[in-house]
Amino acid sequence: MSSQSTLTLATLDQAQEIGLRPEEFDKIKEILGRTPNFCELSVFGVMWSEHCSYKNSIVWLKTLPKEGPHMLVEAGEENAGLVDIGDGLACCFKIESHNHPSALEPYQGAATGVGGINRDIFTMGARPVAQLNSLRFGNIELDKTKWLVKGVTKGIGDYGNAFGIPIVGGEVFFDNCYNTNPLVNAFSAGIMKKGEMISATSSGVGNPVFIVGSRTGKDGIHGASFASKDITEDSIQDLPAVQVGDPFQEKLLLEATLELGKTDAVVGMQDMGAAGITCSSNEMSAAGKHGMDLWLEKVPTRQADMKDWEILLSESQERMLVVVHKGQEDIVNAIFDKWDLSCKEIGVVTEGDRVRYFMNGDLVGDVPCVDLVLGGGAPVYHREYSEPSYFEEWKKFNIDSIEQPTDLVEVAKYLTGHENIASKRWVYEQYDSMVGTINMSTNGPTDAAIVNLKGTDKALAMTVDCNARMVNANPEEGTAMAVAEAARNIVCSGGVPSAITNCLNFGNPYNPEVYWQFVGAIKGMSKACLKFKTPVTGGNVSFYNQSSVGGTEVPVFPTPTIGMLGIVEDKKHITSLDFKGKSDLIYMLGTSENNISSSEYLASYHGLKESPVPNFDLDAESELQSQLTTLIRSGVIESAHDIADGGVFITLLESALVNNLGFDITTSSEIREDAFLFGEGPSRIIVSVREVKEDRFLDLLKESKIPFSLLGHVSKGDIRIDDKSFGDIEEYRKIYTNSLESKLK
Amino acid sequence: MKFGVVVFPGSNCDMDMVYVLESIMKQEVVKLWHKDTNLQNCDFIILPGGFSFGDYLRSGAIANYSPIMEKLVEHANNGGYVMGICNGFQILCESGLLPGALLHNTNHKFICKNIHLTAITKNTLVTNQYSDNAVKIPIAHGEGRYHADEETLQELITNEQILFKYSDENGNITEEANPNGSLLNIAGVCNKNRNVFGMMPHPERAADAELNNADGKILFDSILNIVLS
Repeated sequence: MSSQSTLTLATLDQAQEIGLRPEEFDKIKEILGRTPNFCELSVFGVMWSEHCSYKNSIVWLKTLPKEGPHMLVEAGEENAGLVDIGDGLACCFKIESHNHPSALEPYQGAATGVGGINRDIFTMGARPVAQLNSLRFGNIELDKTKWLVKGVTKGIGDYGNAFGIPIVGGEVFFDNCYNTNPLVNAFSAGIMKKGEMISATSSGVGNPVFIVGSRTGKDGIHGASFASKDITEDSIQDLPAVQVGDPFQEKLLLEATLELGKTDAVVGMQDMGAAGITCSSNEMSAAGKHGMDLWLEKVPTRQADMKDWEILLSESQERMLVVVHKGQEDIVNAIFDKWDLSCKEIGVVTEGDRVRYFMNGDLVGDVPCVDLVLGGGAPVYHREYSEPSYFEEWKKFNIDSIEQPTDLVEVAKYLTGHENIASKRWVYEQYDSMVGTINMSTNGPTDAAIVNLKGTDKALAMTVDCNARMVNANPEEGTAMAVAEAARNIVCSGGVPSAITNCLNFGNPYNPEVYWQFVGAIKGMSKACLKFKTPVTGGNVSFYNQSSVGGTEVPVFPTPTIGMLGIVEDKKHITSLDFKGKSDLIYMLGTSENNISSSEYLASYHGLKESPVPNFDLDAESELQSQLTTLIRSGVIESAHDIADGGVFITLLESALVNNLGFDITTSSEIREDAFLFGEGPSRIIVSVREVKEDRFLDLLKESKIPFSLLGHVSKGDIRIDDKSFGDIEEYRKIYTNSLESKLK
Repeated sequence: MKFGVVVFPGSNCDMDMVYVLESIMKQEVVKLWHKDTNLQNCDFIILPGGFSFGDYLRSGAIANYSPIMEKLVEHANNGGYVMGICNGFQILCESGLLPGALLHNTNHKFICKNIHLTAITKNTLVTNQYSDNAVKIPIAHGEGRYHADEETLQELITNEQILFKYSDENGNITEEANPNGSLLNIAGVCNKNRNVFGMMPHPERAADAELNNADGKILFDSILNIVLS
């Protein structure tokens, strides 16, 4: 393709080669009133890729609730959503995937994912304050998985650590369905003063357009198109589509950008992520209802003789396109000179809606910006979907088909050391979690990460959650449960859920069964977000995630990762998850059922993957959360911890480990002991209560209608269940702390 | 006392240090840009943590050639106070103001976690308020393994220049408590004249009561204790 002369007319073959469909090629000809040249075809190809256009998902995305009392910027309006957090401050936050690049080159793929999501935040004028990430890998015993885990972790660490924004939380999950295709979802949140947002827009005829930051190279060309097709054994041919990151440049760009944001020089700014200059120039022009002329030979490049379309499609990192008020160019130049960053005027805002690209005086592309962008002329498809046969089949699972093991101590130790449950210390100790001195969870672990808002009474709570196994078993209920779990984590920590961002990782949308999962997930997310009053502020969709398992291509588990923001209205409400002292009473809020469906216990210990989701009731969940908030604000509980992966046993263990304590509990006689200990039914929380506060605690609970039960008490260090010794906390600590590291060797 | 915090391109703990000095310790503090050559009459200059110049080439190596460094060396040689934390410590070793060097951690990974330290000499401006009890302070570095030749190590011992050693929570200096392979478990040192200080752990990350650990504040209390008395 590199020998392609850009001015020759493009062919259907070329269109298909860059991922366009024949009918899309026809539509381009219709829009232009002529056949595009190769450069223009490339521009359409990348803008109409799944990654940029959301053409197969937008119909459903529009059904998600996006309005809320605290929303300052709603989904799709800017690079990220913006939430009013009071005290004159606003928080913008977003999660994005970098799955395909990470599958090929885990280190750079993950690193540039971190870079990209942070640019989305600071291009709006906010200083990033905290990051989280959600990672999914294949079978941990495979050498390839170990290579991917090590590369992704180091990539995230090296980029985030140098950039200097703490990673305050996240999740890591392993399953065969991610063998070829890991999921790397990065979340970032930033803070700005209300009213100081920089828009991704362009206006004012004659205003100059600048490119700032790194030079443009040949990396990442066709990255957006690459992200819009299946990952296969041949994907390694797409290696040049992977970008290369430089966190030092990103740090300088952050400081220079925020300094620029304090001046009045900026009309609009957008970072360059997918589709590079093409995307930013067209999206900004379409948003501001203007045209733009760009002179590509002026773009500072890393390599000599880059072709016009290479410059347009390059996804080189750490760059921004900035439209500046005419006459204020010196301000921009001075700031970028101070930070030793490249800053070059490369174009001008024009009347109309044409974005025109020139190379050495030749017009090489002339496109109408509105027709290229989402919400404008980009294609919108209604995809067919059909319920897969497994869905009804799996509902037939009966717990009686599984015999309860005789030795539950062995099960407890197995689960404690399972890679999906054991401490992720090996991963997170490679991340700087404390820079910025805002991480309030370091010395007081909480279900959601708590981020200090210095100088105010408030804090932010953040979490990323998705139990993809549950979503696979039932996309609608499983996704509602993921939203509920995120909200529960925030409420357990003392916060109030505020809004979510989503990262929708699915297989090929042209597969009707995959699309059925997608539609179910959207429906489940909608109903849960309405219930918890947490609008969806934005996020991204990543289709075409699949792995080769046993010779056949299987889609990854449908994985709609939920990134939730909550507000802690008073830091006194912050509640950690750890047991505080011997003889404190342990209560469970919510009800346990005789159910082990879709639990880690059933899937891994018994090796049975085919089961439905446990029963879930949104109203009961909402009531539970509201009552927990009452208990926390009344000051009657010492700790709160959501029951999730591994069930009651693992939840108790995690609360006990922090301060070297143990627990002594009695299970229910009406439920199988294994189901009681390891079942993963939703809507349950473990709290601990000091004896002197028990009466008041019970009075408050009795006023509510939520079910609860006394499990037992905190002990000095031994673990006893139904008067049987399960061992000492130190034994479990060794297993919990070290097993991930030893499995990765 | 007037503090100056130097900002290199890539510094990322500068604001944390300013916050502690200004909002918690209630001191006058200014930021000093690395291209400046005016120290603005600061009494105590701090080189903060981060990745100056991306830590490319070698941690701290390029920062050593910033314009401000010439003035900083002059300030130190005239008896002025200078302290480097983490990347700042690496820069001070590169500049020769402090003995030794910081090498890659033995596990070749970046490590961020709370560790324990014990003050070895209390006879300095920055350690005089520490007791024999271990304190909990976080580390966050990839290149923090303190190294010096045998002769230098002997001098550090003889002159009581070792500020802190990595220890367990009971103050025992053990191999298990050494997170990065530093010689003699050394976490921080001062120069012979006791006016230039460097340490890898981050006291400024453990100085705010809102974060539930104020063991690092003792270092700042020590500075003010001497100055005010």
